[in-house]
Amino acid sequence: MHIHFLDPFIAGQSAIHRLDPRVKFVLAVAFILTAALTPSGAWPVYVLLFALAMGVIVLSELGVGFVFRRAVLALPFVLAALPVIFTLPGVPLFSLSLGSWGLTATADGVERFVSIALKSWISVQIAIVLSSSTPFPELMVAMRAARVPRLLVSIFGLMWRYLFVLADEAMRLLRARSARSGATGLPGMKVGGSISWRGRVAGGMAGNLFLRAIERSDRIYVAMLSRGYDGEVRDLPLPPLRALHWLVLICGVALLGMLAIFGFLFYG
Amino acid sequence: MHHEIEVSGLSFAYPDGHVALRNVSLHITPCEKVALVGPNGAGKSTLILHLNGILNGGSGTVSVCGLEVKKENLARVRAMVGLVFQSPDDQLFSPTVYDDVAYGPIYQGLSAAEVDGRVREALQAVRMSNYARRVSHHLSMGEKKRIAIATVLSMKPEILVLDEPTAGLDPRARRDLIKLLDDLPITMLVSTHDLRMVQELFPRMVIMDEGRIVADGETAVLLKDQALLEAHGLELP
Repeated sequence: MHIHFLDPFIAGQSAIHRLDPRVKFVLAVAFILTAALTPSGAWPVYVLLFALAMGVIVLSELGVGFVFRRAVLALPFVLAALPVIFTLPGVPLFSLSLGSWGLTATADGVERFVSIALKSWISVQIAIVLSSSTPFPELMVAMRAARVPRLLVSIFGLMWRYLFVLADEAMRLLRARSARSGATGLPGMKVGGSISWRGRVAGGMAGNLFLRAIERSDRIYVAMLSRGYDGEVRDLPLPPLRALHWLVLICGVALLGMLAIFGFLFYG
Repeated sequence: MHHEIEVSGLSFAYPDGHVALRNVSLHITPCEKVALVGPNGAGKSTLILHLNGILNGGSGTVSVCGLEVKKENLARVRAMVGLVFQSPDDQLFSPTVYDDVAYGPIYQGLSAAEVDGRVREALQAVRMSNYARRVSHHLSMGEKKRIAIATVLSMKPEILVLDEPTAGLDPRARRDLIKLLDDLPITMLVSTHDLRMVQELFPRMVIMDEGRIVADGETAVLLKDQALLEAHGLELP
């Protein structure tokens, strides 16, 4: 039994799926960069970025609902921006008092917060399309081509490979626990043990998993050394990019650049 | 009748579409010791995982000790079926040997004194009494296997199910384990590739291949059928 549900890749034949992964990677990073650089309150630019993202989602044939559901991932990160509402100076909107503390929300703060929330939401959508339409090994090739440091790329690769091994290991530990979680059926027995005991058991399992991960990483490293690993990652050369993909890349970067300049000129 | 395993018409496919069991029916009477053999991927482990409801959702029924394995009965079933996984590293999840052996009894809600008694008894049965305070992580393979068996013996199960108990053991550890299994007076279903052990220990043998039971009968008779053994990738010791 293996865990597959972690892999975000969904096979398909859409235009986005068939686009060279190097082009996809560079455009996705450029898109996220443009969204991040757009000044807060530049609503028309957000609408254009959102329309662009929607276009890509529709082209990718992944389903708008699917991408939106996955995009909920961005929510916890948006929470981190919540204090901005109260810390930015500006026109006061309303006040909250917590005991001796007073918090005053400002219009500028709310505008900044909504901007951050929108920008991260749109960016996450693009990241989801990238990871769902590109198999991970191809994504790594794209990172290499985009000159992401090789060591970092190989760390990503190992992490990806062993994430599944570790998840399988955790699943087997959980299975062993449920196999021995039984009830005798005799009256007057409180099945399940105390909460603190269950906590200790879960803690022991987490510790076990950690030890096994460390030991496995040692064994893997020894196996790598015995096959000649010397800390330097070597790769095969990449095939050249096709003309059509160059065109997509140049047009995409130009479009995003124009959006960024538009945002700066009118709202910066 | 009490004390038995009854599987009828069981079929099962994994979520990725791989069909692991095809219409499997098996009946085991009280205190019978049965070996389950067959090549890798034959469906032995899948069948075993059905006996205490870790896997479910296929068609057909599984009953143990007269109780159908279904959601409402899972806790009772798991107390009656002691399942020992192939790798003791999957079985042992607690910091010390004592904690691991005590898990089942504590979960069942026994008193501290009873739990202690159960742990002592179980460790005694596998002849590992002075290992209680050891860290299971640092034990040898043979020691881990014995502890894994102790973790289910402490639950006083009615049926013991083992997945390849002799895999990875040196000859002496294997000999000790066979003796231990021989001494335990409970119903036993053991999945294995070790035909010498089967010959020695199990009067009845079930051969599985490609998700089906292809033979079920007396070990002495089946082991003489060279053509049958060869057809299912088995080698006479």
